[in-house]
Amino acid sequence: MEAIAFYIFAILITGLFLVTVFSRNILYSMSSLAAGMVLISGLFFIIRADFLGAVQLVVYSGAIMALYAFGMMFFDATRDVKEKNTSKYLVFLLSGFSAVALVVIFSAPAIGKHIEVEPIAKGLGHLDNVHAIGAVLFTKYLIPFEVAAVMLLVAMIAGIVLASKRMDESLSEVYVGTDPETEKKEQK
Amino acid sequence: MDGYIIATVIKAILILAVISALAGFGTYIERKILAFMQRRLGPMHVGPFGVLQIAADGIKLFTKEDFIPSGANKIIFMVAPIITAATAFIALAAVPLLPEFTLFGVTVRPIVSDMNIGILFVIAMMGVGLYGPLLAGMAQENKWGIIGSARTAIQFLSYEVVTGLSLLAPIMMVGSLSLIDFNTYQAGGIAHWIVWTQPVAFVLFLISGFAETNRTPFDLLENEAEVISGYATEYSGMRWGMFFIGEYANMITIGFLASLVFLGGFNPLWIIPGGLAIILKVAFFFFLMLWVRAAWPHIRPDQLMWLCWKVLMPLAVINILITGLVMMA
Repeated sequence: MEAIAFYIFAILITGLFLVTVFSRNILYSMSSLAAGMVLISGLFFIIRADFLGAVQLVVYSGAIMALYAFGMMFFDATRDVKEKNTSKYLVFLLSGFSAVALVVIFSAPAIGKHIEVEPIAKGLGHLDNVHAIGAVLFTKYLIPFEVAAVMLLVAMIAGIVLASKRMDESLSEVYVGTDPETEKKEQK
Repeated sequence: MDGYIIATVIKAILILAVISALAGFGTYIERKILAFMQRRLGPMHVGPFGVLQIAADGIKLFTKEDFIPSGANKIIFMVAPIITAATAFIALAAVPLLPEFTLFGVTVRPIVSDMNIGILFVIAMMGVGLYGPLLAGMAQENKWGIIGSARTAIQFLSYEVVTGLSLLAPIMMVGSLSLIDFNTYQAGGIAHWIVWTQPVAFVLFLISGFAETNRTPFDLLENEAEVISGYATEYSGMRWGMFFIGEYANMITIGFLASLVFLGGFNPLWIIPGGLAIILKVAFFFFLMLWVRAAWPHIRPDQLMWLCWKVLMPLAVINILITGLVMMA
C-alpha cells in the first residue's frame, strides 16, 4: 500500500520537476514547481511525519508565492521565455555535475548497506510526532537549531536594512511622485 | 479496513455535497442580509422571498458556454478554479464538524481524517488555495488579472504570518495541534472557552481569517471598483462558480476553526446540544462576515500590508511572549 503510494508520488514529483526545468513558459515552470513541492509533503505523510508534511506545505507555498511575485515582475507569463545560454563551459560543468550526481544516486544503496544509523528518536516512542520533534530539537540538536535561528535573524535584519529606505512614508506616496512643495520649487 | 475506507468515502461525499449546497445557499443569504442592511429587498422574484434564486443562478451557471479567452494559457486557466475549490474541501477533511453520534448502532465520528496536526493542515491547505486566484490572474492576458494576482501574492504574504502567530498562543495552552484536543480542552462550559484567556489572539485570528477568505475589508483580489473583477475578470460560467464555491467553503471552514479553537467547539452549551451549538456558532461567524461587508469600506493593498506587518504581527508576537511567561510562572 505504502510502496504503491510512494511510487505514484515519486513519479509525479519527478515528472513535475522535469517540467519545471524543461518548460520555456514561466507559468508552467513555477506551477509545476509549486505542485511538486506540495506533492513532496505527500512523501512525509506516507512515513507518518505529519508535522514535517504540514510544515513543507506552509513553508513552500509561501516561498513559491514570493517567486511568483518576482516572475510576474520580470516576465510576461503568456509568452515563452527565450533562453540565452551560450557559455559552453557552463553546459560542460552542469552536465558533468549531473553525471556525478547520477552515479552517486545509483551507488548510494550499495554504500548505504554498511552504514549503521542510530535512530534519532530513541526512547521517544511514547511521544507523538510533534512532541518527538520538539524533544529532539531542544535537546540533542539544540545548537544547530539555534544557529539556524541566528542565520534567519541575520537574513531578516539584512532584508529590513535593504528595504528600509523611505520606510516611514506610505507606499502610495512614494510612487505617486514628489509632494507639492518640492514640485513648486522645481518649477521655479 | 474496508469498512474504514467505505466510511471515509461516504463522509467525504457527504461533506462535499452538504458544504457546496450550503455555499450556494450562502450566496442567497448574503444577498438577503446585505439588502436588509441597505434597506433594499434583495432577490424577490423567483419563489417565495426569492428562495429559489439559487436554483435560477445554478441553472444559469451550469448552462453557460464554457469559454476560454484567446491569449490565455489554456491548461493553467482551466486548472486554477479547480485548485481553489479542491483545496477548500481538502482543508475541511481535518475539521471535526459535529460531535460523535450513533447511527443504526454505529458510532460515527464526523471527521474525515483525525490527524494529530489538524489545525496546521487546515491552515496550510487554505494557504495553498490562494494559488487558484494567483494562477488564474496570471494565465489570462489581461491587465486586471495580473493586478489581481499581484494582490493575491501581497495578501498571502501579509496575512499568513498573522494567522500562524495568532493560533500559536492557543496551541501553546492546549499543547496539541489536534482540533479534537482543542475541543476537549474547553469541555468545562463557557468559563473554559479559550476566548476569555486569549482575546487578543481571537481578534487577530478573525482579522486574518477575513483576509484569508478575502472578505470585504480585505477583498483586494476582486474589488470591482478598482480592478474590475481582479483575477476572475475573464472567467464565466462554472469555472467562475468554482471560485465562488471555494470562497464560501473557506468562509465556513474559518467559522468552524474560530468556534473550535476559541469558542468551545461542539461542547454542549447550557441546554443546547453540541451539534446544534457548533452550527449556531458557525452561522454567527458567517453572519459576522456579511455584517462586516455591509458596514466597512475596502482598504488599499498598502494599508493591508501596513496593518498586517506593523500592527497585527507585533501584537501577535507580544501575545505569544506574554502567554509563554504566564505559562512558565
